[in-house]
Amino acid sequence: MTSDDLLRLQNVSVRLGGRDILCDVSFGIRPGQFTGLIGPNGAGKTTLLKVILGLQPVTGGAVLLDGEPRPARDASIGYVPQKLGLEPDVPLRVRDVVSLGLDGHKFGIRLPSRARRELVSDMLTAVGAQRYADARVGELSGGEQQRVMIAHALISRPRLLLLDEPLANLDISSEQGIVSVLARLARAERVAVLLSAHDMNPLMPVMDRIVYVAAGRVAVGDTDEVVQPEVLSRLYGQHVDVIRVHGRILVVAAPEGVDEDHAVAEDAGVMR
Amino acid sequence: MHYVFEPGFFSSGPVHVALAVGTVIAITSAVVGVFTVTRGQSFAGHSLADIATTGGSGAFLIGVNQFWGYLAFGAGAAAFMEMIGIQRRRGRDVATGVVLGAALGLAALFLYLGTQYSSTTGASFSILFGSIFVITPSTVPALIASALLALATVVALARVLLLTSLSPDIAAARGVPVRAVGAAYLMALAVSVALSAVIIGAVLSTALLIGPAATALRLAKSPLKAVITAAGIGVVAIWLGIVLAYDSFYWPPAGRGWPVSFFVVTLIVGGYLVTYLRRDPRRAGQEQAGQEQSIDAEQACSPV
Repeated sequence: MTSDDLLRLQNVSVRLGGRDILCDVSFGIRPGQFTGLIGPNGAGKTTLLKVILGLQPVTGGAVLLDGEPRPARDASIGYVPQKLGLEPDVPLRVRDVVSLGLDGHKFGIRLPSRARRELVSDMLTAVGAQRYADARVGELSGGEQQRVMIAHALISRPRLLLLDEPLANLDISSEQGIVSVLARLARAERVAVLLSAHDMNPLMPVMDRIVYVAAGRVAVGDTDEVVQPEVLSRLYGQHVDVIRVHGRILVVAAPEGVDEDHAVAEDAGVMR
Repeated sequence: MHYVFEPGFFSSGPVHVALAVGTVIAITSAVVGVFTVTRGQSFAGHSLADIATTGGSGAFLIGVNQFWGYLAFGAGAAAFMEMIGIQRRRGRDVATGVVLGAALGLAALFLYLGTQYSSTTGASFSILFGSIFVITPSTVPALIASALLALATVVALARVLLLTSLSPDIAAARGVPVRAVGAAYLMALAVSVALSAVIIGAVLSTALLIGPAATALRLAKSPLKAVITAAGIGVVAIWLGIVLAYDSFYWPPAGRGWPVSFFVVTLIVGGYLVTYLRRDPRRAGQEQAGQEQSIDAEQACSPV
């Protein structure tokens, strides 16, 4: 364990309904680091993020923030959920949503102020969402909503930003837009980013480290160390191949009883 | 009709009470209603209204002011809904089929028994459809206090409710006690339903709660504007309803005023329908890419 870890998971296990969702997961995140939380659907990525947020109690292990057990309420972690359940008629404009990032957890009313308006406006510019600042958030596309929620999460100046599958269901140009906004802000603001995705390829240019999740266990390290057939086969508990083609990485598993010529791509998807 | 305001309108005691109480309740209902629609809890609001009917008719049977019946049953039902999880689909099904059926069955029994013993034929009507002109003056302070309490609760929770609507997970991660906030909100909703039941009747109280809010959400974009618009619509509907009901005393069949609830609900529905005549500025913006001179269109859609 290195002392300069911002966040540290120590032997975290989660058991739900008699099933092991996470088994003995340990890794650390340093300030300003861009970490990809990669793995197939159902591997435990969302559960892992909820453990870090304090929304999911652990069966074993600990979550440490600056070497101390995570406090119940902590402003140093920002969170962008996978999906918003907002109807188009919900009266929240983009700027309202970003403003809620500052004080949406507080009771009582607040008076509008110029300083706040400017802060919100600057944040929207930083994520490239100023164009639709006055649109209702429920009317935006998935990619636009992601930008707004990134602004919402970053405006309270967290040191760690968690994003749950922010690239799911985005078209390729929105996907690249989100990744570059995140990489730029992570560097400029020294925010550590932990981003879950079932496809690692869009993240390859920006990812400092990878936490690969499969079957509730993780392999952690640089991309080149982790994305190796031996490492991933051990993780999946079955033989997988790692194929590099046209600069992209495919993780391919051979289901039991099928010979390897008929290997199919995992839902993890690595095929696109 | 000789005048808009028929003779005696401004000197009538019951009209004064109706206007004062109606205004406070309309504002409370509309403001609570904006959050009800935003949270997708209109169904909970309607369930509370059905159960309030039972409370009102029970109170009538035992000779207590109906407001206390609405309030007691509404608050009890809110607590029960919180327990069974009204937000979950299964909870809704159980609530609709079992709880609401039982509640309205009891209401039928209470009203039957009550009218048998006291021969007050108007009781069923006033419980189901309201009686703003016959508010007992002694309950006025309680009505106003309850309204202010519900209003204050929702205003105090406003930001937290909005954050929770955006994402319950974000709210929880930021230390918001999501469940307790939901329960407090449901109580404010129960109080607000009980209050609307007093003025426009238990079965119609949802109209005063949801109608102005739904209309406001079609017109206003920001939370503050939506709340102000909804309150304005609610107050105008109540005032016009009271004026028209007073005037209707002179309409056929002469000598018998038409129910206020009819006017209020008709005005609210009419207002909602009128918003459909207005061209949706957002859609117009998308179609014409900023050619429209509407402020909304200009803001919503600079070309991609």
